[in-house]
Amino acid sequence: MAVEATEAQPLGKAVKRKEDPRLIRGQGRYLDDIVLPNMLYMALVRSPYAHARIRGIDVEEALKVPGVQAVLTGEDLAQMNLHWMPTLAGDKQMVLATGKVLFQYQEVAAVVADSRAAAEDAAQKVQVDYEPLPAVVDPFFALTPDAPILREDREEKSNHIWHWEVGDKEATDAALAGSPVRIKEVIRMPRVHPAPIEPCGCIADYQKATGKLTWYVTSQAPHAHRTVLAMVSGLPEHMIHVISPDVGGGFGNKVPVYPGYVCAVVLSLKLGRPVKWVETRTENIATTNFARDYHMTAEIGATEDGRVTALKVSTIADHGAFDAAADPTRFPAGLFSIVTGSYRFPVAFAEVDGVYTNKAPGGVAYRCSFRVTEASFLIERAMQTLALKLNMDPAELRRRNFIQPDEFPYQSALGWTYDSGNYESTLNKALALVDYDRLRQEQKERRERGELVGIGLSTFTEIVGAGPSHTFDILGIKMFDSCEIRVHPTGKVIARLGTRHQGQGHETTFAQIIAHELGLTASDVLIEEGDTDTAPYGLGTYASRSTPTAGGAAALAARRIRQKAQQIAAHLLEMAPEDVEWDGSQFVAKGLPSRRVSMAEVALAAYTNVPPGMEPGLEATYYYDPPNLTFPNGAYVAVVSIDRGTGQVRVERFVAVDDCGTVINPMVVEGQVHGGLTEGFGIAFMQEIAFDEDGNCLAPNFMEYLVPTALETPRWETDRTETPSPHHPIGAKGVGESPNVGSPAAFVNAVVDALSPYGVTNVDIPMFPWKIWEILKTHGLAL
Amino acid sequence: MFPNPFDYYAPETCDDVYALLHEHGYDAKVIAGGQSLLPMMKLRLAAPEVLVDVNNVADLRTMAVSDTGLRLGALTRHAEMERAQWPDYPLLSATAGHIADPIVRNRGTMGGSLAHADPAADWGAALLALDARVTLADAARSREVRLDDFFVDTFTTVLEPTELLTAIVIPAPPRESRPFGQYLKLERKVGDFAVVGVAVTASLDDAGRVVTAGIGLASVGPRPLKAQAAEALLVGQTLSPAVIREAAEAASQAADPVSDRRGSAEYKRTMVRVFVERGLAKIQADWELVNRASA
Repeated sequence: MAVEATEAQPLGKAVKRKEDPRLIRGQGRYLDDIVLPNMLYMALVRSPYAHARIRGIDVEEALKVPGVQAVLTGEDLAQMNLHWMPTLAGDKQMVLATGKVLFQYQEVAAVVADSRAAAEDAAQKVQVDYEPLPAVVDPFFALTPDAPILREDREEKSNHIWHWEVGDKEATDAALAGSPVRIKEVIRMPRVHPAPIEPCGCIADYQKATGKLTWYVTSQAPHAHRTVLAMVSGLPEHMIHVISPDVGGGFGNKVPVYPGYVCAVVLSLKLGRPVKWVETRTENIATTNFARDYHMTAEIGATEDGRVTALKVSTIADHGAFDAAADPTRFPAGLFSIVTGSYRFPVAFAEVDGVYTNKAPGGVAYRCSFRVTEASFLIERAMQTLALKLNMDPAELRRRNFIQPDEFPYQSALGWTYDSGNYESTLNKALALVDYDRLRQEQKERRERGELVGIGLSTFTEIVGAGPSHTFDILGIKMFDSCEIRVHPTGKVIARLGTRHQGQGHETTFAQIIAHELGLTASDVLIEEGDTDTAPYGLGTYASRSTPTAGGAAALAARRIRQKAQQIAAHLLEMAPEDVEWDGSQFVAKGLPSRRVSMAEVALAAYTNVPPGMEPGLEATYYYDPPNLTFPNGAYVAVVSIDRGTGQVRVERFVAVDDCGTVINPMVVEGQVHGGLTEGFGIAFMQEIAFDEDGNCLAPNFMEYLVPTALETPRWETDRTETPSPHHPIGAKGVGESPNVGSPAAFVNAVVDALSPYGVTNVDIPMFPWKIWEILKTHGLAL
Repeated sequence: MFPNPFDYYAPETCDDVYALLHEHGYDAKVIAGGQSLLPMMKLRLAAPEVLVDVNNVADLRTMAVSDTGLRLGALTRHAEMERAQWPDYPLLSATAGHIADPIVRNRGTMGGSLAHADPAADWGAALLALDARVTLADAARSREVRLDDFFVDTFTTVLEPTELLTAIVIPAPPRESRPFGQYLKLERKVGDFAVVGVAVTASLDDAGRVVTAGIGLASVGPRPLKAQAAEALLVGQTLSPAVIREAAEAASQAADPVSDRRGSAEYKRTMVRVFVERGLAKIQADWELVNRASA
């Protein structure tokens, strides 16, 4: 049952979300709610072609539209050397096209006017003379000598961006060659989009009088964006004030810096007036960062009794026109090397090749910790193929290969040190919840009646919480995070963090951590994020990193407060500090439990009656550099049946058991799991950003890019095991992304399981009904 | 997401509508529920210079039930049909619940949907199955056209630019029979246009023989289709599995789908067969249920 925010000892309790009364009553303050005096509105002119040379741009007619203030082209930006900008992945990206366009809907010109309607009217009147060029859509073709070179700006005349590899190739090949059982599966994770309900946008407000730029932006990482903006624009960083107001979902889409942002800033600098730019839905889906688009091949070697011996993975990564991923600097393929999953692979090798095509640039980690979804999907799908090859129950195969609880910290073949886990207990809980043995018996009976019924497992391990400074940085900035706590005289607290939630519930969960450490209630603690002038520096919220990093900082900053508070408490109790102890809610005189002081009393004393020589006040800041990442895991079971008439798949049951270590708020965790499972369901069954042969985007809106509603979504059954992280201050791991990372494979494995008696080992996602029906037809199963 | 500029009129009588359509001709578009037109205008796929809003025309909001049939004003909202309790016209409520989402159903109109003539729309198929007619009028004349003659091609009907679709007329089911109706829709998600939509209606007598039958198809041709050969196969028959199978097969032959990202032509044609089969089987089951109850 949910409890109020006034509950004492709140850690681990289902405290009602403090942000909800504001957000669900429509009283949030999102970017587009902000209206500044004298504000102008910007609209972008975008390319109708995926690949074309620009012969000329005529802005005359656009400038004549009443209310238009300026039109900006790539050539204008080139004069300021701002026509290209760096991406977070170390590539560069055009802000406004010069020379040629490289993807459909690419930004070509920016129009700014007194109203948004006037800006859109004028954008329509910008005449661009294009010479269409052949589009490169297939990344495999892009790598052939016949393909035109897309990026003429690069010295290297190739569509190949980078090669990345990890592991021991020779040993892996040798182990595969020596394995009596081998499988190989080609696994595709198509291009999808995070599609947050609120699209991206910003208001750039440059005040000529003060020289200060206030930049309101839909940002998951406001400090990082301030630094990037300072680097790009040359404005001093302390004269840039980034405000990320309420954010309506991000899922990775609001980590990168987009061309529209830069244009709005340039126009505000130029005109000295606030400039607002807010994307349309099509602009969001068709141009801002996509996710996935991995073409993967997995090979697994195993013994005849089902012990894995080696894993080899090769991947083509389609990045579109620019590598605009937001991966940590040293990881062009993110944390894809978690691909050995929950299993004891003695050797492994993985390689990824990044490729340019005429598609929108990316790709971000959509609700996942940098390519972890791709990795989990690959290994969980490949384990299904191995189970089929061995004719072994997929649960039994997993049991035989799980990393065992006594092996943690576990060193994986591809270099990670897993912190903790008890995979078999998580799996056992999930199997008990679905009553697995009975389910298999039922499946047998239903199959005999001609029904197509499948049971799919996914027992994934995630890697979240980037990250430790020895390994992780973005553009050189280490990926720690921070918390600053101010305790006011009446015992009420404001805490600010370097993260920026977009619906994750930080205003509640971080208040719970701090309140718990300080003997307060969540209602006593106000959490503020997203304002770079007030919050301490941090790298933001994505990759399930907030709790592992800023959550740790919050606990440790609170403990710093408590250390000082203990001195003050001792002073109030007229005792030596070592004779005072913290009982979990108050300071108590050792051996004299009736003599006690509350944190509120200490807080007042901190400003009115400190011990002689002590600095007044009660504040602390902590920059937490985590020693390691956290490795949450889960066991998911999907049960599906297939309509032999239509090819429609019905998810009859879905059980998700997650282990994210210490749980701060079970209701928030459950909400995260429900949301992530729903997104995973969409990815498995409904979503793909496809392109035609000319590079036209075929899903640039919600009519074609399908987001599940409550009516499509199956009923989720959730539960948990709790294996705390040994290194995190409160034992917590990230969780927001696990359900999106782990669920797609469970759905596919269930569908494959239903069809496996007929020789099917793979079904490509999204599993549209027509696609399933074609398989049914091929195997004579269609009605 | 702003439309191009346009002039806007909201007349209160049909005569004023006719006058405005006469004056502006091809430059004018009639707007009723606006659930297709406004998104197209906001995406700047449509840019009419003049909008004639007919929502204030009381004559278009009438609804009349008589022995010979049902006469629905063009402004009849989908939601009104969803909630309608007319035992003689079960297909109307069965279909309405499949249209888009509640917000669209509250606003969108039957007349607007027909005049827009999207081949994927649900009303086209259902009203073809019901053998409906539409009344088209301008200042000079009023004419009644069979719906099958009304649809010409994708987004194209026999409506003249000066004409207004004023009403939909649905004939009553034959006496001494009980009407049944099923709407089956394959959609990728709720609110989606049909990948394939099949409307099936039949009036059965006490012996279970089909007195009249109607089958309409959505999204499997350039316009909504009426599977007339399949309908003819059913009349006079009882709905045995063999009869159902034969009619379903004939209906699938009437379909003329194209392959696209929603499925191959073969898939869509097969879905017509599967849905007609399921719809007729359900009608037979419903008839048996009613018959058993009254026996």
